[in-house]
Amino acid sequence: MRARSVIAVLIAVALVGFLVYGLVSKGNSRLAVGEKAPSPELPKLGEPGQGSLKEYRGKWVLVNFWASWCVPCRDEAPALTTFQGEHDGQNFTVVGIDTQDISDDGAKFAKEFGLTYPLLHDGNGDNGHEFGTTGVPENYLLEPSGKLAWDVAGPVDAKMLEEHVAPLLPPAKKNS
Amino acid sequence: MSRRQLPLLLAVLAALAALLVPTAASAGSALRTELNEIEGEVMCPVCGTLLELAESPQATREKAFIEKLVKQGQSKDEIKEALVAQYGDAVLAEPKGSGFSLSAYVVPIVAFIVAVILLAFAVWKWRRAAGSGDERKPEVEGPSDEDRRRLDDDLARYDL
Repeated sequence: MRARSVIAVLIAVALVGFLVYGLVSKGNSRLAVGEKAPSPELPKLGEPGQGSLKEYRGKWVLVNFWASWCVPCRDEAPALTTFQGEHDGQNFTVVGIDTQDISDDGAKFAKEFGLTYPLLHDGNGDNGHEFGTTGVPENYLLEPSGKLAWDVAGPVDAKMLEEHVAPLLPPAKKNS
Repeated sequence: MSRRQLPLLLAVLAALAALLVPTAASAGSALRTELNEIEGEVMCPVCGTLLELAESPQATREKAFIEKLVKQGQSKDEIKEALVAQYGDAVLAEPKGSGFSLSAYVVPIVAFIVAVILLAFAVWKWRRAAGSGDERKPEVEGPSDEDRRRLDDDLARYDL
């Protein structure tokens, strides 16, 4: 009888464990400041091959999750392109991750807005979910070590970038 | 060609035209049916619903993508493969019958079989316990000799 009770309790604990695991694993826990950002291999957008955020270790990286069907992404794209042009020499780059989007649509968007920074394609949105994104656009500034320094769940504009991102970047190297 | 044969020829041409018109119409509807069928079997990844029920901007682009492939003459399976290449396996409304997705089909069947076995075992045990209960001797024994003697004395006293 005692053995049966132990088995019943073990089964109940296992069931509760599975339920808790299911709830925890489904929940989007947003990347916190100081946490290391996930950096899986993703297909490059508009060109063959794979890329990863790991390639940019040693640089400040503004990770921008976007999609061609997203209207606010269209609004913020010019600000990101301009900011990239202005701070390219400061050990910094924007990396755009086209998420839950048709890659051809993403490539057209990149051409339309003249995006000059590296672009990756996260078709199923898994990489975004690892960051804890709940939509697009979302922006995450990573330190050279790959840890999160600042983030915003929504679009950025020129003012936000100058206020929150520019002060963190090292001064540009002067050409002698 | 004689004048007599002309009406015959026209009749044959008219009959052929009548045959061709429905064929063209059905070809159009087959194209549409295929598009509708696919929309009912794939998901809108952003909305988390079937694509046919979704009206988000992402769903609109996904529908346009499917329509483009349908117009290119791709089969349903080819279109689904193209969608998986873009959005991953999660775009399929029904999980694939291989790898980890196979568990979606296997687990309910295994759970059902285990439940039936457990139920059958419980019923068998219950019936066995009930059956052995009939054969069991009553645990209450008859009165002791002392009680029997007292009972006889009491009955004698009342002269029944």
